[in-house]
Amino acid sequence: MSRVAVLKGGRSLERQVSLRSGARVQDALEHLGHDVHPIDVGPDLVAQLTADRPDVAFVALHGRDGEDGTVQELLEVMGIPYTGSGVSACIRAADKVLAKHAMRDHGIATPDFYAFNETAFKALGAAQALPAIEERLQFPIVVKPASQGSALGIKFARTPADVPAALVAAFSYDRKVMLERHVHGRELAVSILDRAGAPTTLPIVEAVPEQEDFYDFESRYEIGRTRFVCPADLDPPLAQRASQIALDTYRLLGCAGFARVDLMLERDTDALYVLETNTIPGLTETSLLPQAAEAAGISFDDLIGRILGAVESAGADSTG
Amino acid sequence: MSPPEGGVSPGGSGTTRRPRSTARDIERYAALFAERTKVMKSSAMRDLMALTERDDVISLAGGLPDTSTFPPDSYAALMRTVAVDSCARALQYGPTEGFALVKRCIAKVMQAEGMEIDCDELLVTTGGQQVIDLVCKTLIDPGDVVVAEAPTYPGAIPTFCAYQADVVQVTMDRDGMRIDELRDTLDELERSGRRPKFIYTVPNFHNPAGVTMSLERRWELVRIASERELIVLEDNPYGLLRYEGEPLPTLHSLDDEFVIYAGTFSKILSPGVRLGWAAAPGPILQKMQIGKQGSDLCSSSISQYFVSAYFDSGPWEDYVRSLVEIYRRRRDVMLDALAEHFPREAEWTHPEGGLFIWATMPPYLDTTDLLARTLEDHVAFVPGRAAYVDGRGGSSMRLNFSGVGEDEIREGIRRIGEVVRQQVAMYGTLTGAQPDAGIPRGGEDTWLESEPRAPDPELAKVLRLPAKRKRAG
Repeated sequence: MSRVAVLKGGRSLERQVSLRSGARVQDALEHLGHDVHPIDVGPDLVAQLTADRPDVAFVALHGRDGEDGTVQELLEVMGIPYTGSGVSACIRAADKVLAKHAMRDHGIATPDFYAFNETAFKALGAAQALPAIEERLQFPIVVKPASQGSALGIKFARTPADVPAALVAAFSYDRKVMLERHVHGRELAVSILDRAGAPTTLPIVEAVPEQEDFYDFESRYEIGRTRFVCPADLDPPLAQRASQIALDTYRLLGCAGFARVDLMLERDTDALYVLETNTIPGLTETSLLPQAAEAAGISFDDLIGRILGAVESAGADSTG
Repeated sequence: MSPPEGGVSPGGSGTTRRPRSTARDIERYAALFAERTKVMKSSAMRDLMALTERDDVISLAGGLPDTSTFPPDSYAALMRTVAVDSCARALQYGPTEGFALVKRCIAKVMQAEGMEIDCDELLVTTGGQQVIDLVCKTLIDPGDVVVAEAPTYPGAIPTFCAYQADVVQVTMDRDGMRIDELRDTLDELERSGRRPKFIYTVPNFHNPAGVTMSLERRWELVRIASERELIVLEDNPYGLLRYEGEPLPTLHSLDDEFVIYAGTFSKILSPGVRLGWAAAPGPILQKMQIGKQGSDLCSSSISQYFVSAYFDSGPWEDYVRSLVEIYRRRRDVMLDALAEHFPREAEWTHPEGGLFIWATMPPYLDTTDLLARTLEDHVAFVPGRAAYVDGRGGSSMRLNFSGVGEDEIREGIRRIGEVVRQQVAMYGTLTGAQPDAGIPRGGEDTWLESEPRAPDPELAKVLRLPAKRKRAG
């Protein structure tokens, strides 16, 4: 039995999802016989951790603070081992622009993109480069904040006239935003779980929108608007290829414990492109990683047990 | 049956607490869910709204009256009166239609707004919200049309959706619902063989738009209802909270044959008592009463005795007058702050009463994204899209001035204005245009003078001629 602090909630836009993930994780840890200390992450985080003195921290905190390495850095300072990826992997994965550069440098396909911070537009006249960017990426273009985990702030620009408003919207979430080529095709999510110290892929989940050309990301994930199929209906060599790319990405970013890599399978070319990696993917009833685990015969309790176990087998050095 | 929570020891072996549902379980139950549950708001939006309730956020998002203005001593004395005089009855079930003693209070409130009513024309409900629910329950079959204002009360939308109504929204201007557009809409619906069951309106100090329907339009609306034999559901929670101008007659006082009136104690006494009422034509009221029986048998007896004791304790209008003074100052503070801090590209309404101001940003700003940004600065509002069923309202926001103090209103508006200015400037930088080029001077009410923004033609078709509800696949 370990004393486990479950970090959840926090101040990010994904607070509610995190609270749901955290509650389920707590249940599972209790079933597994651990002494569970839930912490809604706020200004008293360090004080609470100091008082609770957990053997290990289970980070169920999505989005900012949880997925960008902030909380991990604090846990490092305090000498508390924690689940999932270390500081540097979190930083690399949470910043989609950093992650895409790393992937491109190492030959992992990711949709073409250009990223700018506010200063580029305010002080360097980057707006004048927009026509050239649009020419290269071709419409529709996806505009997104560099580091927002949920669907908020992601816009489709179908014409040049849509681009400025989409950029302003994306800047609501981050000082750095990205314009990305839209890959038309199937959406695949590959979940990865460390088993006996080695990352292994779980069955692939496909997100199937119920409406074609449905460009409103925010309502994409309403119940009934998107169907999730697991395992995805893919030819085995293709599934194999997607899994391998996801594993390569996981290793490249230095992830640990578990993660979910989102890919696009381009309709016309069958090419696979990595969009992003989530170092702390959702763990709610309807989240994709638990679905994938279930399809592999791994119960939720078992999944949580393995994620926790990966920390213990990795020892105190969990930095990615 | 799950064991009680208290019986579970953390980490203890042999605990029998049921594990939370798995993905597969959700799927299993999903097959059981009714079609009407599938009409849900985006979860991202729901999660965003949940953040507005954080205690470190200045929330201009709520619709709350300020209950801290009610004297605790009075509350204690009233509850004591209920306990001493009516303990057993207050703790007992009551009649479905409500106690006569509360109906007498309701008659007084309605009289204050110029309506004479017999107690047998009234149904006491659990808040005004239940009136909307019961009217839908009584009148709406799946696919039936409800006509509402654009924007409409955000809290009515889930109710309309739960009864699988097709909601058609009619634009408003400074005089309330545009009757010419209403006529066109009704004509088009008729041509396609569809007759709406009722027209939902908040004529006084509209939530969220903040405008008041003119007298001329009130007459036109009841005339249309009478000619076409359509019901008007008049929702009037704020009528007594008037800060300027002369009161206008309620629709119900102009015509009681086709108007269902919804009233509430929420804004003149307390939303916590959860008491409202309906005044409706007899046959409709009877059906609503049967509907209420199925919903909750009766509204709280304790609350009804409390309200009755309150009305017996002295002039009920005094507290309303004190609220009017407080809210008028807060409204003025908000209007001044808007003029000072919002950029010239923004426009907003000047409510003569009620709780809300509706502000509209330039069309290139999305207020849902703006909210995500202002939450960083610990201030919140309701994004306009929440008041539409068709995706419009993206550049508007509802601002509440009753729920927080004057300093917070000033500071909240300052922070939102700062972000809006930055975003307007950024848009100008991105388009290479002067931010305000070609855009009329903003300020109070100008949004109403400008032509309504051209809706997407496809959307307009949907708006005017809603298709029969498709079954969710």
